[in-house]
Amino acid sequence: MKVLVPVKRVVDYNVKIRVKADRSGVDIANVKMSMNPFDEIACEQAIRLKEAGVATEIIAVSAGEPKAQETLRTALAMGADRAILIESTDELQPLAVAKLLAAIVKKEDPQLVLMGKQAIDDDSNQTGQMLAALLGWPQATFVSRLTVADGQAEAGREVDEGIQTIAVKLPAVLTVDLRLNEPRYASLPNIMKAKKKPLDVVKPADLGVDVAPRLQYVQVEEPSARKAGVKVGSVQELVQKLKTEAGVL
Amino acid sequence: MDFGLSGEQEMLVETTRAFVEKELYPFEAEVERTRAVRPELVRQVIDRALEAGLYAANMPEGLGGGGLDTVSMCLVDRELGRAAYALHYLVARPSNILQACTGAQRERYLFPAIRGEKIDCLAMTEPDAGSDVRSMKCTARQDGTDWVIDGEKHFISHADLADFVILFAATGEEETPRGRKKRITTFLVDKGTPGFEVLPGYVSVSHRGYHNCRLRFENCRLPAEQVLGEPHKGFEVANDWLGATRLQVAATCLGRSHRALELATDWAAQRRQFGQQIGKFQGVSFKLADMKLLLQQAELLTLWAAWRHDQRMMRDEDAAMAKLAASEALGRIADEALQIFGGMGLMEDLPLERIWRDARVERIWEGTSEIQRHIISRAMLRPLGA
Ligand SMILES: Cc1cc2nc3c(=O)[nH]c(=O)nc-3n(C[C@H](O)[C@H](O)[C@H](O)COP(=O)(O)OP(=O)(O)OC[C@H]3O[C@@H](n4cnc5c(N)ncnc54)[C@H](O)[C@@H]3O)c2cc1C
Ligand SMILES: Cc1cc2nc3c(=O)[nH]c(=O)nc-3n(C[C@H](O)[C@H](O)[C@H](O)COP(=O)(O)OP(=O)(O)OC[C@H]3O[C@@H](n4cnc5c(N)ncnc54)[C@H](O)[C@@H]3O)c2cc1C
Repeated sequence: MKVLVPVKRVVDYNVKIRVKADRSGVDIANVKMSMNPFDEIACEQAIRLKEAGVATEIIAVSAGEPKAQETLRTALAMGADRAILIESTDELQPLAVAKLLAAIVKKEDPQLVLMGKQAIDDDSNQTGQMLAALLGWPQATFVSRLTVADGQAEAGREVDEGIQTIAVKLPAVLTVDLRLNEPRYASLPNIMKAKKKPLDVVKPADLGVDVAPRLQYVQVEEPSARKAGVKVGSVQELVQKLKTEAGVL
Repeated sequence: MDFGLSGEQEMLVETTRAFVEKELYPFEAEVERTRAVRPELVRQVIDRALEAGLYAANMPEGLGGGGLDTVSMCLVDRELGRAAYALHYLVARPSNILQACTGAQRERYLFPAIRGEKIDCLAMTEPDAGSDVRSMKCTARQDGTDWVIDGEKHFISHADLADFVILFAATGEEETPRGRKKRITTFLVDKGTPGFEVLPGYVSVSHRGYHNCRLRFENCRLPAEQVLGEPHKGFEVANDWLGATRLQVAATCLGRSHRALELATDWAAQRRQFGQQIGKFQGVSFKLADMKLLLQQAELLTLWAAWRHDQRMMRDEDAAMAKLAASEALGRIADEALQIFGGMGLMEDLPLERIWRDARVERIWEGTSEIQRHIISRAMLRPLGA
């Protein structure tokens, strides 16, 4: 069974980001970039499936600028078998990425697409769902427990009430949540091997996908600083304030 | 000139950093408190390091090591150096000098050291022979084909844990252009060899849990095959293989300096006094600028010397400058970082007081700062006949 793992190059989670002076976006010049943490978890899960003899091949795929090759190399060093870069310097919105991935799925014919539930840069949480819809495949989102066997995946999903377990037939799209696993760090021999693993580069046009943005960013702003809270003297006062000031009761 | 790191080197840094954060940091407090690393923890760190391929990363791939060049090794050491010494040294870099092993020595010492089955330690220093190593009194005299060792070594790091010692002993004297000098021979001595005893050393202010020992040799008989390299060529073997050891000290100093500086910078941005962040006071912010400058200088010198080592161009004074700059920078940076924390900097709740204590030994071992200056200045003046 082939597993496709989409990985995105994002600003490292440790970086304290800043909005550009002209408010056109976040300043990413000279900022440390890494693999989206949720994608790392997806990659780790794919590797575990391979180690368990369930998956046979892991293909990492990334859509973005040439530097996304570094992110793919990280996936290869973790244990992916080969990689595909869909190279584009255009702004790629979730729908465009979903279309690109759908085109790769058609070419590669994986049984499973394991991906992060969202990317930590714009937190869209859309690509997996859109991809499943474009392919007409079942989907399981926010997966925090997973078993794959006999042509189906049993996924524990984190929902507000707890863990909801659902079964989906393969092929399927799964988007993974934080608690699914703890990703490994690449070992030194695997880092050295990654250099020799195949990494193909294709262009959106090669896949016949129009990536033109459908959404327009108007303005990006820093979140306003949190205001100091107030202490209340009694439950009565609290309820009163919730009614009159907060307007939530 | 290219100051960039390759993709592999970047990943190597990430992996080592992740290793340090996951496998070493969680045990630092325990090691400080107990002044020891539990035997199970020793094994665990070694096993995890073997899994990560970081163990013996300095050794050639052909011998089963990681095959890293000196620059990459310095990057690994820099990241490892962030953690407490007693823990990070377990991610062993078997002494490069073991590559001088020949014949059966390779199976008995070199390969087990690379596979994490045996740990080596290295013994030069004696109570009366520190910086002036050549004045050593521990002797080996020939008796038939055997050698018989008598004498004492002290300050020998992790000899308590080691399975064998790479021993330097005096084997007679020779005339040199600079007067009569002792001839030195290098030996491989197994723990348990009759006449060889490992005694507890001193309690040091730096690197708790990383013990130094005294070694005593009394009529300790070794067969000829225990000689590493050729008889009387101990310094030649050392010069051939130990050049990068000072870079390792430099690189680990850089790691701890980075950690201290990061802590201090965050604190300067957080801590408020007199109605503002203390980082807004020039008295604090200029300290940070100077710390950064010292660190960057030391890092460039270290990576530059490592690069020269890889090109087979490294001179003694290159490594000396790197070691001097990095160990002195650490001392200064640790002290200033502690100062920026005010009273809290002194407390065991933070890693700073430890980094500050640990920094002290770095200016002493592997050649004191004065000896490094001696090496640098001799290289300048000797050609002029001074
Ligand atoms: C914790 C620890 C672990 C160690 N581990 C090992 C080990 O594993 N193996 C090993 O062999 N050794 C080890 N050493 C020994 C270490 O290398 C020596 O401490 C170091 O070489 C200095 O020697 P010394 O302490 O005898 O000081 P000395 O040589 O007595 O120096 C005393 C002072 O005199 C100065 N001085 C000496 N000569 C000169 C000169 N020519 N010009 C100017 N100043 C000079 C020195 O700089 C120093 O300030 C270790 C030491 C320590 C503290
Ligand atoms: C062991 C110990 C015992 C103590 N005992 C007592 C005691 O018995 N009673 C008591 O009341 N206190 C006591 N103290 C507190 C001590 O007086 C404070 O630690 C000291 O005043 C510094 O305050 P701080 O630690 O909060 O550091 P901070 O004031 O937070 O200072 C942090 C850093 O910012 C710098 N800084 C702050 N303001 C400025 C500025 N305007 N310009 C430039 N730099 C600035 C400081 O110099 C320092 O480097 C004790 C402290 C210790 C460590």
